[in-house]
Amino acid sequence: MSREEDSVERSEKPSAKERMAIPRVEMPQREGRERNKDFEEVNLGLGEQAAIREAQRCLQCKTARCVEGCPVGIDIPGFIKLIAEGDFLGAAAILRKDNNLPAVTGRVCPQETQCEVKCVRCKTDAPVAIGWLARFVSDYEVEHRSGRPKASAAKTGKKVACIGSGPAGITCAGELAKMGVDVTLFEAFHKPGGVLVYGIPEFRMPNRVVADEIENLESLGVKIETNVIVGRTLTLEQLTGEEGFDAVYIAVGAGLPSFMNVPGENFKGVYSANEYLTRSNLMEAYDARADTPIIRGKRVCVIGGGNTAMDAVRTSKRLGAEESMIVYRRAREQMPARAEEVAHAEEEDIKFEFLTAPVEVLGDEKGWVKGLRCIRMRLGELDESGRRRPVPIEGSEFEIECDLVVVAIGTRANPLLTKATAGLKLNKWGYIEVDDNMMTSIAGVFAGGDIVRGSATVILAMGDGKCAAASIDRYLVGRQNG
Amino acid sequence: MYELVEKKSIGSGVTQYEIRAQRIARSRKCGQFVIVRALEHSERIPLTIADVDIERGTITLIVQAVGKSTLEMTRLEKGQGFADVAGPLGQPSHIEKYGTVVVIGGGLGTAVVYPQAVALRNAGNKIISIIGARTKELLILEELAASVSDRLILTTDDGSAGMKGLVTDALKMLLEEDETNVDAVYCAGPVIMMKHVSEVTKPLNIRTIVSLNPVMVDGTGMCGGCRVTVGGKRKFACVDGPEFDGHEVDFDELMDRLTTYRDHEQKTLKRYKDHECKLRQQ
Ligand SMILES: Cc1cc2nc3c(=O)[nH]c(=O)nc-3n(C[C@H](O)[C@H](O)[C@H](O)COP(=O)(O)OP(=O)(O)OC[C@H]3O[C@@H](n4cnc5c(N)ncnc54)[C@H](O)[C@@H]3O)c2cc1C
Ligand SMILES: Cc1cc2nc3c(=O)[nH]c(=O)nc-3n(C[C@H](O)[C@H](O)[C@H](O)COP(=O)(O)OP(=O)(O)OC[C@H]3O[C@@H](n4cnc5c(N)ncnc54)[C@H](O)[C@@H]3O)c2cc1C
Ligand code: SF4
Ligand code: SF4
Ligand code: FES
Repeated sequence: MSREEDSVERSEKPSAKERMAIPRVEMPQREGRERNKDFEEVNLGLGEQAAIREAQRCLQCKTARCVEGCPVGIDIPGFIKLIAEGDFLGAAAILRKDNNLPAVTGRVCPQETQCEVKCVRCKTDAPVAIGWLARFVSDYEVEHRSGRPKASAAKTGKKVACIGSGPAGITCAGELAKMGVDVTLFEAFHKPGGVLVYGIPEFRMPNRVVADEIENLESLGVKIETNVIVGRTLTLEQLTGEEGFDAVYIAVGAGLPSFMNVPGENFKGVYSANEYLTRSNLMEAYDARADTPIIRGKRVCVIGGGNTAMDAVRTSKRLGAEESMIVYRRAREQMPARAEEVAHAEEEDIKFEFLTAPVEVLGDEKGWVKGLRCIRMRLGELDESGRRRPVPIEGSEFEIECDLVVVAIGTRANPLLTKATAGLKLNKWGYIEVDDNMMTSIAGVFAGGDIVRGSATVILAMGDGKCAAASIDRYLVGRQNG
Repeated sequence: MYELVEKKSIGSGVTQYEIRAQRIARSRKCGQFVIVRALEHSERIPLTIADVDIERGTITLIVQAVGKSTLEMTRLEKGQGFADVAGPLGQPSHIEKYGTVVVIGGGLGTAVVYPQAVALRNAGNKIISIIGARTKELLILEELAASVSDRLILTTDDGSAGMKGLVTDALKMLLEEDETNVDAVYCAGPVIMMKHVSEVTKPLNIRTIVSLNPVMVDGTGMCGGCRVTVGGKRKFACVDGPEFDGHEVDFDELMDRLTTYRDHEQKTLKRYKDHECKLRQQ
């Protein structure tokens, strides 16, 4: 900790001018070329004094624009004020009122397009580091709390099943448990956490953070049953029938991988990002002694420009690749990944081929990938998403040599549960349709997160979980009275 | 924990496990499989549900020890448990009344086709079973197969039991006897065997159902690792299969993809065996 930081007193109340003079804190992080060899976390987190000082940058706006940017409307000035006062546990309590997983969102929210972009200090220097502060207080809470949360509300005698243990399912389960509902969380995999454990790698989202939140859920009385694939092990009808659940929340995510549909995609050495990340994270294949194997490429091409692509390409570097590269058909500015992830990837020696689209995966005589045939693109007219559409430039084909290709071009709705459930209304892409109360076409069956929105974000999934919990509570009370 | 209720050896390197998994037992239909992790650190591996006992709430798996995960499994004792058992997965077998069905099991494939044979017979079919193995010791489930079959033909590559030759030789013999007598073929075993069986039946246009065994991770359609090409289209064997029309399957691609992890498998197996040796010496 620097001397300058030491001199900031907890009780000090800087004037507006003094606040304005404080520069945005920098996140202590491990050096790019050192960290790209292991799976330890990249960002080290703020120290107490650095957090207080950053909190003092907040102007405590009367109409806090930042709050409008947060999908769950966290009382941002409120929790930051307590940090400035050194009351970190108090700050954590404010965060937790609107956000059950602050240690998660503090790490993975796209703050630059949500809360921070709205911060008034963007106009003068740089926004208050809201995400890092959220992460700081929640990590502090884990180390210093006196106990885990307990459900204090009287038991309602109602039973609810939450299907899928990603952020949407975890949030809904936690909220309902706090209201005194008897909740069971069903998960298809052997470990709960959804994308947070099988998708997002350890260096960005350590499993201990998720495991800790799962323990909080258990402390609230939520029962967790892994290895239950609803639609196969049990049907939705069985849940509401013989298993006796009064309501159900479906939060199964959007986990069906898309492929490029180019020739050669079945050569050995082509993975979907889902498979690659699941092997590495959930099955811990990043550890060479693990039972589950993973192909460790020397030259790796990852197709796509989202968070998933960044996670995959940075994983490949850590698994020993000499060269790891993003191949993206649009331009840098159009990459949907969080800005911080792109910056981190660059620091870790990841290469980028923009305006490039694969047209064929090339293989050798033994069936292994040996390269990627690509075509250059240029940006044309605006498309439905408001981005300029990439158009191939004729005759610009070229080859990239590589021995591993990871396809990270998005996921779709997995039809396993929805197909097995009669009467569940879907939209044309296979996502579940819900009304304003997040109820599906089946009474008492609610849904949220990626299976409703399509691939979105952790915080939106959590927002859905919270909203659904409130609706489910109203539904259960209504039925009791009616 | 999924309690191991019974365990017995049923042939060289082949073990039958009865595991408590009430919900799976109740939901399972013929042809479906589970994904299992024997121990906390194990790989997730797919295994066909050979049988269920709904009253006891158990499922039966018949497993050949071929690598680390399946060897390690053999060390589990009655009363202990499997860490994870998830399922039932995959599409149920297509069962209808064809007339006469030839059911072919090669090696461990017998465990996969045996429940199909039962279901096909219950649907009113006449069952001719062909069970093949490299040598006599490796033949499994003959008695079970005999119990559901109107006729049973055994084959061994070396002639140590039954007919000397491959299952396809037995199939050809049957077709020579009376081609019109075979209305459908159900087949599971090594990919090369399923390929050859499909090649025999294709020109005769005999409906042939094969059970594919690509490498799987989740078994629920979320990784795409199990993709196979069927009729020129990409299919996920865990959700679209594992049974497909043998005349449409790209067997060469599947065979090739199955070699993806060979190095890792051999290393892991060697490390495991060395380790076991040391333990025994102590
Ligand atoms: C690699 C990757 C990186 C990402 N990075 C970010 C990021 O930095 N920031 C961000 O905000 N968002 C990010 N996202 C998106 C974000 O993770 C998702 O939007 C979010 O996890 C959706 O939450 P969910 O609860 O709807 O579903 P999921 O997290 O997908 O969880 C669904 C769960 O349901 C289980 N399930 C599925 N089917 C069944 C069934 N039939 N029965 C029982 N269980 C079932 C699944 O196994 C899974 O555990 C990323 C996504 C990926 C894949
Ligand atoms: C739908 C299906 C049903 C099956 N049913 C049975 C059964 O009833 N009885 C039985 O003994 N075997 C069955 N298998 C095969 C069984 O899954 C493999 O024998 C097992 O995974 C081997 O694991 P290992 O670690 O012991 O061997 P390894 O040394 O890891 O591998 C040996 C061989 O097994 C296959 N294999 C390895 N890992 C996997 C995996 N994750 N998924 C699929 N195949 C893999 C590969 O072909 C590999 O070459 C089935 C496979 C599938 C896909
Ligand atoms: S939850 Fe996300 S958007 Fe909301 S304040 Fe926290 S970091 Fe910002
Ligand atoms: S907009 Fe920025 S300065 Fe204003 S309250 Fe929010 S975080 Fe503080
Ligand atoms: S095993 Fe993952 S999609 Fe089939």
